[in-house]
Amino acid sequence: MTEKPYAEIKDLRRVFDVSKPWLNRLLEGGEQQFLKAVDGVSFQIERGETFALVGESGSGKSTVARMVVGLLPPTDGSVLIDGVSMIGRASGSERQKLRRRIQMIFQDPYASLNPRWRVSEIIAEPIRAFRLIEGESNIRARTDELLSLVGLHPADGMKFPHEFSGGQRQRIAIARVLASNAEFIVCDEPTSALDVSVQAQILNLMRDLQDRLGLTYLFISHNLAVVRHMATRIGVMYLGRIVEISGGHELFARPQHPYTRMLLDAVPDMDMSGRQRTPISGEIPNPINPPSGCTFNPRCPFANERCRREAPPLIAGVACHAVHEGRLASSAAA
Amino acid sequence: MTVSTQASSTAQNLPTSRIGRFFDSDIWASFKRSKLTMVAAALTLMFLAVAIFAGVLSPQNPFNPAELDLLNSRLPPIWEAEGQAPFLLGTDEQGRDILSAILYGLRISLLVGFLGVAFSATLGIALGLIAGYFGGLADTLIMRVADVQLTFPAILIALLIDGVVKSVLGGDLDATTILAVLVFSIGLSFWVQYARTVRGSVLVEKNKDYVAAARLIGLPAPAILIKHILPNVTGPVLVIATINLALAVITEATLSFLGTGMPETMPSLGTLIRIGNNYLFSGEWWIVAFPGFALAALVLAINLLGDWLRDALNPKLR
Amino acid sequence: MDNPVLSVRNLRVEFVTRRGILKAIDGVSFDIGRGEVLGVVGESGAGKSVTGSAVIGLIDPPGRIAGGEILLDGRRIDNLPPEEMRRIRGKRIGMIFQDPLTSLNPLYTVGEQLIETIRTHMPLSASGARKRAIDLLAEVGIPAAERRIDSYPHEFSGGMRQRVVIALALCVEPELIIADEPTTALDVSVQAQIISLLKKLGRERGTAIMLVTHDMGVIAETADRVAVMYAGRIAEIGPVQEVVRQPLHPYAQGLMGAIPSLRGEAHRLAQIPGSMPRLSAIPAGCSFNPRCPFAFDRCRVERPEAITRGKHPVACHLYDSVPAAAEAVA
Repeated sequence: MTEKPYAEIKDLRRVFDVSKPWLNRLLEGGEQQFLKAVDGVSFQIERGETFALVGESGSGKSTVARMVVGLLPPTDGSVLIDGVSMIGRASGSERQKLRRRIQMIFQDPYASLNPRWRVSEIIAEPIRAFRLIEGESNIRARTDELLSLVGLHPADGMKFPHEFSGGQRQRIAIARVLASNAEFIVCDEPTSALDVSVQAQILNLMRDLQDRLGLTYLFISHNLAVVRHMATRIGVMYLGRIVEISGGHELFARPQHPYTRMLLDAVPDMDMSGRQRTPISGEIPNPINPPSGCTFNPRCPFANERCRREAPPLIAGVACHAVHEGRLASSAAA
Repeated sequence: MTVSTQASSTAQNLPTSRIGRFFDSDIWASFKRSKLTMVAAALTLMFLAVAIFAGVLSPQNPFNPAELDLLNSRLPPIWEAEGQAPFLLGTDEQGRDILSAILYGLRISLLVGFLGVAFSATLGIALGLIAGYFGGLADTLIMRVADVQLTFPAILIALLIDGVVKSVLGGDLDATTILAVLVFSIGLSFWVQYARTVRGSVLVEKNKDYVAAARLIGLPAPAILIKHILPNVTGPVLVIATINLALAVITEATLSFLGTGMPETMPSLGTLIRIGNNYLFSGEWWIVAFPGFALAALVLAINLLGDWLRDALNPKLR
Repeated sequence: MDNPVLSVRNLRVEFVTRRGILKAIDGVSFDIGRGEVLGVVGESGAGKSVTGSAVIGLIDPPGRIAGGEILLDGRRIDNLPPEEMRRIRGKRIGMIFQDPLTSLNPLYTVGEQLIETIRTHMPLSASGARKRAIDLLAEVGIPAAERRIDSYPHEFSGGMRQRVVIALALCVEPELIIADEPTTALDVSVQAQIISLLKKLGRERGTAIMLVTHDMGVIAETADRVAVMYAGRIAEIGPVQEVVRQPLHPYAQGLMGAIPSLRGEAHRLAQIPGSMPRLSAIPAGCSFNPRCPFAFDRCRVERPEAITRGKHPVACHLYDSVPAAAEAVA
């Protein structure tokens, strides 16, 4: 039974104009410069699963997240959540209905809560904005319930964000997201700013909530190990494009794209197996002036002439000429 | 599975109310350490109290002609030979008690000062919020107007606006209208600093994730500005307002001294100084000196308070 | 350890605040030998950065060293006057900070900064210093070093900048380098390059390296020995293989269990309840006892000293009692 996917992202693009101001260009010369942050990204998410987007800096994953959730308008492409588009001519109230269902957890727990508001007010805000509950005491009861749900005490509602640690603030942020009864949650590096033991608590909490409430997650991260614990399917991004999409276990067991293999190799070896590693050469190029053809080609040991000319399309979950042409022996992780 | 909030303030015996937290804070501690600031604060409070209760405290209402007696005119201060109680600081040529005149004058000076600051702060904060949040044309327009205005001394601007409005309204204006015009002109000449500071803070705050979270629940821009951003940008405003208060008082005094400010029927300290100036060379020095001292003391006290506040609120100095 | 390059004995660092004295570090001892990399790992608030700052003499008021000794090559450096400490800091101890953007002065070229440091501590001519700087840049892996030496910091990418910072730390041949989160601000692929560079340089030059970080993976890759810090004290210290594979201290065990890995079962991560205590509220006895699944009465009252029962030192009462109890945990 092929059911329509819950979220369908098609050919998403986002270009930023990073040219110098008009006056400067007039006086100093120089042309307009554009940054292709996201260059044709497509993927689907099934209801109830966790889809992860992994990449290093400049990969565009955070930009994709913001476009999916509606904070940033795409330059091109479409985002359909349960058949409804976030962009376009939807009326104000329709958009508001969609907003209630999609929410975001941000990376920086110190900037995502208004320092001047009390915690219970922060959590109650979506309830009021979407008019989910009437009556002060009912709202209060709900915020208390939400605080308990994320592992905090209802009395914590009276406090201000600065009285909490990073991990606790992320719990508050999760409570806020749940307050709108959202079903699709975009998580932008939710644990990157947290200590390892706190990260474990938050990740476990997120999984528990997903099981209890049937949530769907779009999980953005640069940390492959974290993603492995959370994701059902994973997309690897490099310089604005998806280079590989694969199932959670598949990606780690049988990585195909050269970048994915190198990325996995580069992750520090906690088990100290002393395995031999191919060091990644070079660094991420300037995204304003990306290499032609396949953007990974300067760093790829398998690049040939075609790679320098032609950008490989995403076929069977990989965007790589060498893989398509069969030049790359399929690897099973050592 | 409850994560114990080890930051529980009740466990640490920290106060939980806002007032409680203020008195426990570093600001209050620094206040108690600086004797000069405490004196300045006390002085300012005293001036405020006195101005509010002028009617009750002063021996005479000097602007009620019924209470004046020409027989009391030109009396020197009480410690001089011809001085007479209850006229502690002497009287002027119409028999008005200088001390009473100062108390009432203080009231007008402070009134214009506070209202002027309130006006410029409101205007400046509003424009700063708009310029910072929306950027683009609104930002450019507001900031260029601000830049142009900054090239002129505030007093000249106040003078200009004052003159223009008065000529538009024409004819003889009663004292209350003049007060309103003064507040308007002073307010318009000082909004720039608020706008710039607020705009800078808004630029920082609007990129923070809590603003994004507010957008995600569909809050319209004005709601985001007022409910979320405004509370976080008002910190430096308090410092500016305090220093601005002193400037507003001086500006009003200057305008009144030049004759375009408060009239004699409802004089401020500046007006009193202008009046008293005429009698300086006939030997009746007290008519100009005491209002002058009062003005100087007031402005000094406010300035010192503003200085301390700026240092106390500056996180880098702590 | 014979002739360690750095020896820290019972170091205590306090911060004097209005609300009382906060003990940031409360009795920390360790040695680092020639050519060895010691990892100091801990979560936020554990005191690892303060340890690094204390060694290099950069604790500013209201903080102060309240006790203990720091010995560099056998001689005390914690009680030196600021002038002498300054000289040691440049010449004998190098420092690498987390953010390469702010470690380098944006107004001077990379060459100017290197040459200035070199000539401050070594009697070289301008051209001699320049040659040395170029050699250093090449050694840390900057391609076309003789051209890049005249570039400004902002003209380098993040990873390259960090290499320049490493070159700067090495240029006067220090005996000890303190690296505070050197790879945290870098991408994973660049991290790997920097880690292997640090290891290589340490080994080749015999420089002792104190690597302070919260990233256990980096420690596993780079360090020879590791000290696990908790609330200002060392919970466990030993060879990295032993501590990572078979941690003894319950906190270290919890920590290793909480780290997601690329191998093994991808189940629920083990989690330690609660969070690291604030400096103003450190529990009595063993500071970990409220969160420890094995805590017993003695733990709540008496602070554990480091005990070596066979393997490596661990500060936990479990290893001080009946051997059976220790085995039940290990």
